[in-house]
Amino acid sequence: MSVAIIDYGAGNIQSIHFALERLGVSATLSSDPETIQSASHVIFPGVGEASSAMAKLKSTQLDTLIPELVQPVLGICLGMQLMCNSSEEGNTTGLGIFDTEAVRFTTTRNVPHMGWNEVKGNGVLFDKIPNDIHFYLVHSYYAIPNENTVGHCLYDINFAAAMAKNNFYGTQFHPEKSGAIGEQLLQNFLSL
Amino acid sequence: MLTKRIIPCLDIKDGRTVKGVNFVNLRDAGDPVELAQRYAAEGADELVFLDISASEEKRKTLAKLVRDVAQAIDIPFTVGGGINAMDDVGILLDNGADKVSINSAAVRRPVLISEVANRFGTQCVVVAIDAKQIAAEWIVHLVGGKVPTERKLFPWAQEAVARGAGELLFTSMDHDGTKQGFANTALRQLSETVTVPVIASGGAGTMQHFIDTFVEGNADAALAASVFHFKEISIPELKHELRLHKIPMR
Repeated sequence: MSVAIIDYGAGNIQSIHFALERLGVSATLSSDPETIQSASHVIFPGVGEASSAMAKLKSTQLDTLIPELVQPVLGICLGMQLMCNSSEEGNTTGLGIFDTEAVRFTTTRNVPHMGWNEVKGNGVLFDKIPNDIHFYLVHSYYAIPNENTVGHCLYDINFAAAMAKNNFYGTQFHPEKSGAIGEQLLQNFLSL
Repeated sequence: MLTKRIIPCLDIKDGRTVKGVNFVNLRDAGDPVELAQRYAAEGADELVFLDISASEEKRKTLAKLVRDVAQAIDIPFTVGGGINAMDDVGILLDNGADKVSINSAAVRRPVLISEVANRFGTQCVVVAIDAKQIAAEWIVHLVGGKVPTERKLFPWAQEAVARGAGELLFTSMDHDGTKQGFANTALRQLSETVTVPVIASGGAGTMQHFIDTFVEGNADAALAASVFHFKEISIPELKHELRLHKIPMR
């Protein structure tokens, strides 16, 4: 197994790196197309602001590379949102993998939605994971559920907590920060 | 349902955990990485590390500690104490911190909040506010609560959020170290003033105090140090008790 973590200068990528290390997997942080293409699994992390993250992807042509990848790809948090058609954040055009859009919470409750919330998940990512278990989330925008949605979460509205389409997967929550349950999800992804 | 969070706080001096009573009389409460792992395993929802050491070397020491912690634990953690500039923030986040907590520097130069938020996102900016009630006003204090300012808690909280704080950590210096409960009246007012999560800090002594700060104070999270370090309250028992009181817990 050779895991590549896409390093495009967007936020905290050490967390996922360390989480994989705890699973005994030594991943490579890289923005090099060949390294990413030749990996068995690709993780596309991201925190921060959508339009500047997208600009960084474009400047290295990763925006065209990512949708063409054929191995399992896992977008986390902003990574998952950038895999959608668009994000309201900074009027950003996304990678168009998941046919939906990311929009800002309009709730009167606190934004960001920050902390541990229950996710109803199904499919391979949630193998051996009980339903309605808590994952850690921190985000102000959310993806509107569509036919690719395999995990649902409720914060006034129902939003996409996890997505899957062909070889592409995404989680709005941070598996690398979600304790033993998050570790199981990462293991499920790595066993694909 | 989004749960309320229990956050052990580790005050760090020269790489070790200490806890001040009213910010003085420090006692050694152990190795930070070991404690962090213990808390994560016991069900802590997040951790906060506050570096209170003053040496020139501390930035380097702290970066290494942050890295050690990030490698060892699988829950989110915040690092604060002596963060003065963007460079400080970058080093901590690069080493695996999820959020940084900015206190005095944000008061001295509020634009720092926006700079960090714009560069790294609001989700990683915690503005910590130490305040003390003086003649019925909550006055913001600096440098671990030693220096009073002209700022008042509620307007400052609003400004910090407007500038990009994703979360507030409010410590009542009148309550900190007393073990008599959190500043719930001020906390409730704070939660009604801002639209970001508020962490209650200062005053935890019993499990009832946690119930009170979630119910009466409407806090999103409750932070405590010594009651956890000295095993006066166990996190699994605390969470069990909170669940019995219908407070959503992980």
